Amino acid sequence: MRSFGYERAGSPQGAAQAGAASGAAFIAGGTNLLDLMKLEVETPTRLVDLGRLDPGGVHPTAEGGLRIGAGVSNSALSADPTVRSQYPLLAQALLAGASPQLRNRATTAGNLLQRTRCVYFYDTASACNKRAPGTGCGAMGGVNRMNAVVGTSSACIAAHPSDMAVAMMALDATVETVTANGAGRRIPITGFYRLPGNTPHLDTVLQPGELITAVTLPPPPPGVQGYRKIRDRASYAFALVSVASIVDGSDGQIRQARFACGGIAPRPWRVEAAEAALTGARADGPALDRACDLLLQGAAGHGYNDFKIPMVRRLVTHVVAQAVRPGQEQRNG
Amino acid sequence: MADGTPKGLREPSLDGPFGPGIDRVDGRLKVTGHAPYAYEYQGAEYHGPEPLVGYIVPATIATGRVVSIDDAVASRAPGVRLVLTHANAPPQAPWGPLVAQDRFARAQPMLSDDRVRHYGDPVAFVVADTFEQARAAAMALVVHYESDTPQADLRRHLDQAKVLSKMDGGESPVSDVGDSAKAFAAAPVRVDLRYDTDYQNHAQMEPHASLAVWNGPKLTIWCSSQMVDSHQGGVAATLQMSKTNVRIVSRYIGGGFGGKLPYYADQILAALAAKRLDHPVKVALTRQQMFHVTSHRTQTFQHLQLGADHDGALQSMNHEAWVQTARYDNFVENVAQPTRGLYASPNITTLHKVAKLDLPRSDSMRAPGDAPGSLGLECAMDELAERLGMDPVALRLKNDTMVHPTSHQPYTTRKLADCLKAGAAQFGWERRPTRPGTVRDGEWLIGYGMASAYRGNMLRDASAEVTLGADGVLVVRLAMTDIGTGTYTVLTQIAAESTGLPVEKVRVLMGDTAFPPTAGSGGSFGAETSGSAVFRACEALRDRLAEAAVGDARSPLHGADMTRIAFEGGRISSGDAGEELGALAGRISPDGVTAQGKVSKAEKPQGKAEASFGAHFAEVGVNMVTGEVRMRRMVGVFSVARVLNAKTLRSQLLGGMIWGLSSALIEGNEVDVRQGFFANHDLANYHVPIQADVGEVEVTVLAESDPAVNPIGVKGAGELGICGSGAAVVNAVYNATGVRMRSFPITPDKLLPHLPPVLSV
Repeated sequence: MRSFGYERAGSPQGAAQAGAASGAAFIAGGTNLLDLMKLEVETPTRLVDLGRLDPGGVHPTAEGGLRIGAGVSNSALSADPTVRSQYPLLAQALLAGASPQLRNRATTAGNLLQRTRCVYFYDTASACNKRAPGTGCGAMGGVNRMNAVVGTSSACIAAHPSDMAVAMMALDATVETVTANGAGRRIPITGFYRLPGNTPHLDTVLQPGELITAVTLPPPPPGVQGYRKIRDRASYAFALVSVASIVDGSDGQIRQARFACGGIAPRPWRVEAAEAALTGARADGPALDRACDLLLQGAAGHGYNDFKIPMVRRLVTHVVAQAVRPGQEQRNG
Repeated sequence: MADGTPKGLREPSLDGPFGPGIDRVDGRLKVTGHAPYAYEYQGAEYHGPEPLVGYIVPATIATGRVVSIDDAVASRAPGVRLVLTHANAPPQAPWGPLVAQDRFARAQPMLSDDRVRHYGDPVAFVVADTFEQARAAAMALVVHYESDTPQADLRRHLDQAKVLSKMDGGESPVSDVGDSAKAFAAAPVRVDLRYDTDYQNHAQMEPHASLAVWNGPKLTIWCSSQMVDSHQGGVAATLQMSKTNVRIVSRYIGGGFGGKLPYYADQILAALAAKRLDHPVKVALTRQQMFHVTSHRTQTFQHLQLGADHDGALQSMNHEAWVQTARYDNFVENVAQPTRGLYASPNITTLHKVAKLDLPRSDSMRAPGDAPGSLGLECAMDELAERLGMDPVALRLKNDTMVHPTSHQPYTTRKLADCLKAGAAQFGWERRPTRPGTVRDGEWLIGYGMASAYRGNMLRDASAEVTLGADGVLVVRLAMTDIGTGTYTVLTQIAAESTGLPVEKVRVLMGDTAFPPTAGSGGSFGAETSGSAVFRACEALRDRLAEAAVGDARSPLHGADMTRIAFEGGRISSGDAGEELGALAGRISPDGVTAQGKVSKAEKPQGKAEASFGAHFAEVGVNMVTGEVRMRRMVGVFSVARVLNAKTLRSQLLGGMIWGLSSALIEGNEVDVRQGFFANHDLANYHVPIQADVGEVEVTVLAESDPAVNPIGVKGAGELGICGSGAAVVNAVYNATGVRMRSFPITPDKLLPHLPPVLSV
């Protein structure tokens, strides 16, 4: 770990100003950043601690949605009564992630900004374009079992590790920010994450110093919500693949389906065309196959992670079909 | 004590099972954070100046040489006292010898030349005032390597594997009884199968750590060591000094599991730096470093051929194994060991081949050989049972034997059949789905599986000294270690019972080469070996006390009949006459009365085979959608002769069973063969079971008496639980799904392609 300066932010705008300085980084829960700093994967010269800022709460919006403060802990968010009743897939995704101790520390904004768990990113002796641009990609041709199969580039095949962000993607969340000059933005989550392309070191569209202040959710859409995660052990393991889904339909017939996938891409993976293909469709084999084809257009395994393609197809097929299977209607409250 | 029987002078045998035992004598210290571990001795028993702190710089290539090390930034970094590299390290003994009586006492020089022998081989050691300074400086070192192309892929080098002269434990890698090939060809029912198991890494809660302190020519290292006497020899050999000038101390150990049988870079580097700086130095491995700086369990490839008559009687067994060892080492995991002794067969062949690769060294991990080998053998037995149309329990009972089928020596005791029958009844084996893949619970397919447990028993050398003080407190000293198994507790019980003292009056001191030598903790021999030495020392003490009392005119027992003297309740007595033991000891000498005892491995019963046995039964659920396997419940029934402490014994067996489950379903590592490193080198990526993976586990121990094995009639139990438990889980996966998985662990990605497609509507 390198020596670094430290300051406590007194206001969001103050934080944004301090965070805009070269080498500065925000720290909230620190559940990811501190580990990365110990390994010198991240080497900020200055930490701007957000711990004294108002974490915000979980409040209804005028539009009938929910506004979640950036500093709300994953534990608190997963236990919120409105989240549990109206956005159960978000609660499920939160509880599928990390451990109770980590969820007590981790914040909503911090969770969105988790860095990849690619072992080559974590190992400073290995090549990694995300950690050290221009050095290459150790995961290509390496042990890439946990890496991405779609949305990747020749520079990077890292997967996004978050469970919560997958749910946020399915729920069409919006990320609210404040910048150093006091201006704010509302960034739809579909436009929040960058694909690696030639710049895999940039995970999101946030500008230096731009601080997340809240995440808002639109009113819950109709349909059965769910978050399913396949992992190597029963808890405290990153997803091999996961699916956050909201499926409206009955009697084998889909009115509308949304699904975002974790573990397979550099960002929570959602493809509009795949969902559109199921609008008004019967949840039969050909329709679901077609949707999965669209979801995974251009997908390719890298050896150890080839299994993710059939695995995510299977899981999407199951959750969509299960939601509208005759006899399931009572769950479509 | 527990059974309340007075201990006579001439018939002091420890009667029967001890009963429920006592709580851990060190439990309170441990849970309140007062038990000092290797990195924490300041204030506990080391009172010198604040130690400097070292940080190891491990190589990031698998094989080659260090061309240069740029320490311009590191050496001037705040707090840095020393950057030790091969350019300035002192001369040490060469590594080895390769053929060593005690491989844990070999010389292991550090930074002695520019060669890199494996990924993680230390190339520098940075010492600073604080840990943070040392780590920051270590990371600022720029090491330039000349890298050779490593051979790190066992699967690709199977054909280069060789048969070495010896395996772990000194056994031959080859065994041959009868003509297994001919018998296999002639057998009416056969299975011919290949299995593989993954690399596994040590992940003890306490990382390896050392504090080295010099006092003139004398060196003391506080460290985390399963075998302090071996490490005393190893450190002395490496540093080319007299053993009498090296003291190794290891009072409390946060998990051993065989991974602290060898000693590692921390001991030598701390000693070298402390000498150079004339100041104590401490160092702990980081969690990430543990994966390459210490040892691991090898990946294995196994080939099994079993042939049987139609009635299930085995006619032929052939078990071949391929394993990895480090390029510079000769450790061979004795994978086919269970096949040599578990079942009767007139023809048994085993063979072990080892590939020397550019990887860190493989060495002991809980039940070396038996753990991966039982996965192969006991899964193959399940496949054979199915081929025969026999119940898997019945097949094992059919081939039970009271004679070791390879050595032809009779077992001292063997209750495998009792364990199988008791386990089947307790588990409800009769409800096993007879046709695989037919029982469902929602998304889950349910299956039952079972396997036998078998682990050879060993006695090693140990000595102990006991001193009874005028205060009536018995102090027991021996260079034994407690790796978390409960050794302090069971030795306290043995000493208390065999002197008639209450346990509160016994203090056991261990983990110090200043005490009488023992073989330490390993191979499940710790309790029986050190326990026998303590028992013998207590016998000798009773003799001395009785003789003194009878011969002492001031004693109420003066002139009493020696044969009628008893030790009970802290008193020595004969009939109505008697006195407190402390009073007697104080009269003999103000320093108390001391006696010694020892036991030797040569005392093992001649011409006999000895082992612990058991049976595992497991119920799993396999998720039809996701391919995830969850253990639902497990029953283990074991037979380990005298039970020293039911509580610590249960913990040992339970932990072993869970590790077996882990090997079957969860735990393994992959090598990046380009760089010769374990890709998963932290606990986020290297998975061990968490509580939610472990369903309900029941442990039952059968009553057994085996007085022949050693003076206290105790057999090893620390490793038995892992033997076969993984196979029981794997066999349950088959019973649930009808899918035979032969590559372990069975992660969802491996199982999913074999499950039926999910339903659309």
